[in-house]
Amino acid sequence: MKVVPGPAGYIPTPAVFEGVELPPPGKALLYGEIVDEEIAMREAAKALLTRRNPTIFPGPLVLWGWNASAMEKAKAVLELAMEIPNCRIIPMPDYRPKYPKIDPEAEINPNHPNLTILHNKIEVCIFVGVHCHYANLSLRIIRAGTNCFTIALCAEMGHEDAMVSLRDVHAEEIRRFKDVVVQVREELGIKWEPKLPPENPSLPKENWEALSVLDYGEYSYLLIPRKGEYVPESE
Amino acid sequence: MPEQRVVDADYLLLEAPRERKFITGAQAMAEAVKRANVDIAIAYPITPQSEVMHLVGDLWAQGYLKDYYRAEEEYGAMSAIAGAVRGGVRAFTATSGPGLLRGFEAIASWPGHRIPAVLGVLTRVVNAPLSIQPDNIEIAYLLNCGMIVLHAENQQDVFDFTLAGFVISEKVDVYIPVAVCTEGFFVTHAKGYVNMTPEDMKLPPRDPYKAPVPPTDCEIPPARIQRDAPVQKSNFMSYLIHAVWQQEVWASNRRAMKYIYKYLGGPIEVVNPDAEVFIVASGCAAAQGREAVRYAQMEGLNVGLVKVKSIRPFPEKEIREVLKKAKAVIVPEHNIIGWLAREIKATIPDNDKVIGGPRVYGGMTLPVELIMEKIYDVFGIKKERKVVV
Repeated sequence: MKVVPGPAGYIPTPAVFEGVELPPPGKALLYGEIVDEEIAMREAAKALLTRRNPTIFPGPLVLWGWNASAMEKAKAVLELAMEIPNCRIIPMPDYRPKYPKIDPEAEINPNHPNLTILHNKIEVCIFVGVHCHYANLSLRIIRAGTNCFTIALCAEMGHEDAMVSLRDVHAEEIRRFKDVVVQVREELGIKWEPKLPPENPSLPKENWEALSVLDYGEYSYLLIPRKGEYVPESE
Repeated sequence: MPEQRVVDADYLLLEAPRERKFITGAQAMAEAVKRANVDIAIAYPITPQSEVMHLVGDLWAQGYLKDYYRAEEEYGAMSAIAGAVRGGVRAFTATSGPGLLRGFEAIASWPGHRIPAVLGVLTRVVNAPLSIQPDNIEIAYLLNCGMIVLHAENQQDVFDFTLAGFVISEKVDVYIPVAVCTEGFFVTHAKGYVNMTPEDMKLPPRDPYKAPVPPTDCEIPPARIQRDAPVQKSNFMSYLIHAVWQQEVWASNRRAMKYIYKYLGGPIEVVNPDAEVFIVASGCAAAQGREAVRYAQMEGLNVGLVKVKSIRPFPEKEIREVLKKAKAVIVPEHNIIGWLAREIKATIPDNDKVIGGPRVYGGMTLPVELIMEKIYDVFGIKKERKVVV
């Protein structure tokens, strides 16, 4: 089966059912076929540079600085975003269903990711730091109802329903992918000065210097270590 | 209790030295639990599997498990397993027959909750009338809930499937529960030789962060969905999320196949692949089928055996390949409905060659002669039935 951008229909069959298998270490998935990482990276870079409204969807494993490697990965994602012309970042901060519906300019949600894609006319996106189960739900819904080219930068084994799926991706691999993006951009003759994506327009301005633990409300206890507590690296 | 050291899962399952012991199926399951670094076991011990959980209780008393308790009944046991696993620990339980069905609402929700656990299913008759004799009809109820379902032929399989079950279940791309089924009494209470890994080695502990879902958080699905379900709203979005969620459970089930190859040598075992006629069987019917193949070969009949180890995921491709040239396919079973024959008929294109039976149930044994009668029919051999007085 060739896993290509949709819309694939009312309820498309998962790629796994059609025989698509996750790649072994060192390999990647491109349109449902196992290929060398470099080939998949180049095709993903080409899509990011040529399709409309490239967007990165970072998930909780990148957004929340719960350990040193998550923070490093977040930095690498920003570096990647800077190299993709007119790239935006729309977070998937959690997996909670939102009522009555999400603000599609502010966030993306695995229960109805198509809303964010369609509202913002996103034709190419990157999933990074999203737990595999929720990434798979999202990727299938997106393939069903949108024409978005999906790229999964997975820290585990990858995703069959993405057009491009890279596995074992951490900060170092994201930076390697960024280098490929820059290289392909130059080959395509696209001029671009690296700069940060625009601020998320739907989120209130935050004054980071004045931010207090108490601003995190019911979640504040997650940020305050108990007396004498040492939080080791857990990834 | 001997000091146990953690070893790599691949080493323990594939390379570690093995020691031969003559033990019951129930003991084999408990011995696997002993080596699996299980944190908690919860059960309501129903006959005839009671010895499994009794033995696991002994393991807890010896210090192999961190916690063990007897739940109020199976629904409570199976719900508590879900809670414990979502909380991040490795859990084991076992049940059978009516107990399985009583806990089934909770069990059927495990795959959707992404619960990696191992459930021993030591089959017995489903009531009524009340009986505790062996009959594997309850496996039919398990087939459509999304779990990985393995069916053990003998005590060795029980040990291997149970130990590997924990490893397969916790793979990030799988992460659904594994049911290790075998026939009550015929396997659980009978002794056989089992080659076991060293008692002083165990699997690495479960890493709850190596998961496709976050560890317990009541604000995220499925916990949140249980509380105020978007899936209970009547709109297309709600239907769609449930649909893709179900797809993900079954996709995970299919992904388990590569690990079944790696750790169990594949989902089927084939004896005499060039046979003209095949017996396809699972569980202890496969043991009787193996014996029938031996009888047939002694009589010069070209008969082979396909033992199906994995019922879910079902090895469709493999079975189609092996049976493509078979003249006839005989499917002996320990249940009245013939769930395995249905699976085989749904799998191969020329399914009129499938002979559903012989079947025994209600606790009856499966004499090899019953299978031989079908073999004689297929080869057109007339045997006279004699009553010896």
